[in-house]
Amino acid sequence: MEFFRIKKDIPFMRHARVFNLISLVTFLVAVGSLAVQGLNLGVDFTGGTVMEVSYKQPPQLEGIRGTLVKIGLTEASVQNFGTARDVLIRLPVKEGVTSAKLSEQVLAELRKAQPDVEMRRVEFVGPQVGKELFESGALALLFVCIGIVAYLALRFEWKFGMAAIIANLHDVIIIVGVFSIFQWEFSLPVLAAVLAILGYSVNESVVVFDRVRECFRSRKYRHTPVPQVLDAAITQTMSRTVITHGSTQMMVLAMLFFGGETLFYFALALTIGIMFGIYSSVLVASPIVMYLGVSRDDLIRLDKKPESESGAVV
Amino acid sequence: MNRYPLWKNILIIAAVVIGLVYTLPNFYGEVPAVQVSPLRANLKADAALMSRIEETIKKAGLAAEGVALDATSVRSRFTTTDDQLKAKDALQAALGDDYVVALNLLSRSPQWLTAIGALPMYLGLDLRGGVHFLMQVDMKSALVKKMEAFTNDIRIMLREQRIQYSGIAREGQTVAVRFRDAALRDRALARIAKDMPDLELRTADDAGEFRITGSLKTEAQRRTQEFALQQNINTLRNRVNELGVAEPIIQQQGADRVVVQLPGVQDTAKAKDIIGRTATLEVRMVDEEHMDPASLAQAKTGQVPFGAELYYERNGQPVLVKKQVVLTGERINDAQPGFDGQTGEPAVHINLDGTGARIFQQVTRENVNKRMAILLFERGKGEVVTAPVIRTEIGGGRVQISGRMTTQEAKDVSLLLRAGALAAPMEIVEERTVGPSLGADNIRIGFNSTLYGFAAIAVFMIIYYTVVGVFSVIALAANVLFLVALLSMLQATLTLPGMAGIALTIGMAIDANVLINERIREELRNGNTPHAAIYAGYDRAWGTILDSNITTLIAGFALFAFGSGPVKGFAVVLCLGILTSIFSAVVVSRGITNLYYGGRRKLDRISIG
Repeated sequence: MEFFRIKKDIPFMRHARVFNLISLVTFLVAVGSLAVQGLNLGVDFTGGTVMEVSYKQPPQLEGIRGTLVKIGLTEASVQNFGTARDVLIRLPVKEGVTSAKLSEQVLAELRKAQPDVEMRRVEFVGPQVGKELFESGALALLFVCIGIVAYLALRFEWKFGMAAIIANLHDVIIIVGVFSIFQWEFSLPVLAAVLAILGYSVNESVVVFDRVRECFRSRKYRHTPVPQVLDAAITQTMSRTVITHGSTQMMVLAMLFFGGETLFYFALALTIGIMFGIYSSVLVASPIVMYLGVSRDDLIRLDKKPESESGAVV
Repeated sequence: MNRYPLWKNILIIAAVVIGLVYTLPNFYGEVPAVQVSPLRANLKADAALMSRIEETIKKAGLAAEGVALDATSVRSRFTTTDDQLKAKDALQAALGDDYVVALNLLSRSPQWLTAIGALPMYLGLDLRGGVHFLMQVDMKSALVKKMEAFTNDIRIMLREQRIQYSGIAREGQTVAVRFRDAALRDRALARIAKDMPDLELRTADDAGEFRITGSLKTEAQRRTQEFALQQNINTLRNRVNELGVAEPIIQQQGADRVVVQLPGVQDTAKAKDIIGRTATLEVRMVDEEHMDPASLAQAKTGQVPFGAELYYERNGQPVLVKKQVVLTGERINDAQPGFDGQTGEPAVHINLDGTGARIFQQVTRENVNKRMAILLFERGKGEVVTAPVIRTEIGGGRVQISGRMTTQEAKDVSLLLRAGALAAPMEIVEERTVGPSLGADNIRIGFNSTLYGFAAIAVFMIIYYTVVGVFSVIALAANVLFLVALLSMLQATLTLPGMAGIALTIGMAIDANVLINERIREELRNGNTPHAAIYAGYDRAWGTILDSNITTLIAGFALFAFGSGPVKGFAVVLCLGILTSIFSAVVVSRGITNLYYGGRRKLDRISIG
């Protein structure tokens, strides 16, 4: 079986402006949403308490809210989590209250109201720790970006490094933006997913760039203009791109559907990342390389033994 | 051309065999067990303890599946959790407070696997249930406490030296002493500088008042903080021992934090209670008049002489102690194990603060050749840590306890003296508790999503690439095998994000095989012979595979370096998974392809779909 039997190179670069426009619009929407409504940061970053409790019978959420208000927790949010029997309670940070004791107190009250309640999970993060987790997350993002640019610059040329990182940061902004638009909870695992995607979808640019380099070296493309070489490279790697991402996506879908609430947003971030990863690393990165004025000499010069390798091509 | 040398084939087979052996323990599951470990260093986990435990179990009418001895504990396995609980109660009653009797889960894997070090992965708290606390030590109050001690010491020293001062007070983290004239101030300054080298001293004169301000030197501050942290960790360890947790983790994180992880603990309220408890130390005199065997025997039956109380030493020796408290633990600045300067015997050196030193001098002067007792109270229950005889009057606050002590005992006693109370208050700044049912659910969903995802990829690969697709799937399975084996070998902690990492690695690892397969197809399309296509496909894809994996590896490293807890677990799995996937996709799948196609001299076509 073969999905892609493409005889002629697809003229991607001719439509570069269209892709740029799409990117720009989605990018602006994402940034706009981030600026206007921000992220729904999880308890990991804001500090506070999250409790997951489970009942034998689906409980009345109003009743639980009432119980919480009774002990002075008016700002608590109560919602179902996964099933109707599981309830998620969020308690914001309260100054001066030793929050570690708070969950015990809440559980005791809930048990009084309905004895069959079972504690599934408690997460309490102090505000200071939350701030630190946020900072180290931002540091990790920075480190990944620098690391990838440095590696690509070393392996290819700075123009490729720049192009890849711009394309993938654009992915990151869009994932985070989608989380902002829908006000999905942005937690520590989601951040991990975003960083993993950053590393993963750079792969895509690497594969295309690898092919670009190979084409530049090949005799077949000796007299082809740069945009057409890029077209050829993208077309040649397209089959692999779609299949690889499809496979990874299958795995991620398994997590999305069978991973329960805990892995849901993690898998969701990966899904968005993979979707945009295909698009951006091919159709955003390549035009940028073109605009940066990549030329055959940029790559050939770096190569130590172009002759022996190009000999195997034909 | 498509043949592997023998050593490469052997390498692949060896890797698979090792992978299988080390993955195996994860599939045996776990049995309920009771783990008994001695609390004190003078008690050993030995054959005697083992036979005692065996006897106790037998007496309770229970049947253990097996009782095994290791370096620090005796573990008995049971068939049901019901038996396990009964055995725990029986053992607790029989062994008393000298041993930690904890519930545990032990791998069901056979002896030969354990013998070669093949152990199952350690399950994280989110998979087995338990409590994780991050505690912040209040360093500021540790420094204030230290300064308070210095203030007292200076006051006493100035009095002893008859240097008149007009005022002394602690101001925040500094101590300020005021004098009427410069001569007195300078005498005091010289004295303090000599006796207390840890203090950074400054002078200031204004409006007929001469001041000395002392603050802790940076080096001393650092030492004080390290000491406070270490002492708090010691205290926590003692308290956790009491909870009966089989494999607690208590370790320093950063400069002023302590991580406490208690796997399997369900009663979080009790855990918090015990961890947050305060213990006190007291020094009292032994009631020498009633220390004869008859009185002791009487006291044991409840007839304690007037004005005295009955306590036990750690070795079970009863001691009658006077009710009047000489000193409390707050007066102890430090206690260190060491050796007697003259006899070379192991000793404990105690450093008292100024007030403590004065009281101690007075008491020792009046009670030469009598015994005093140092008691540790926790939860209202007292215990005699040590009860030495006073040989001479002791001044200056430097106390040495020696005689009839081993080095280990000296260490234990000094630890107890120090760890009796927390050096500085602690606060829980992060808590993650996972109930047992959620833990079991997490294992299930983690396993299922990996399995379904793998199955979907396998089906697709085989349909799309036919025979070569089968090779890719085998290579992918080998990758999972290597990854799990590696994680088991490293005894890494498996968490739900870690399982997500395994799943994601599978999804990403297939990339290498897709790259190779697509390349082979392309080479065939370009009119190469099948053998040349296979050769070129693997050869040319290699550079790309390396490049694309290294970027993911960079992301993995960053996650590991900056991530915390669960994210770190994910990062470890991601990084290891990338390494194993390179091996399995390139070497293993090539090996299979070579085995299948390499032997045929005349190869017309490859089944690659």
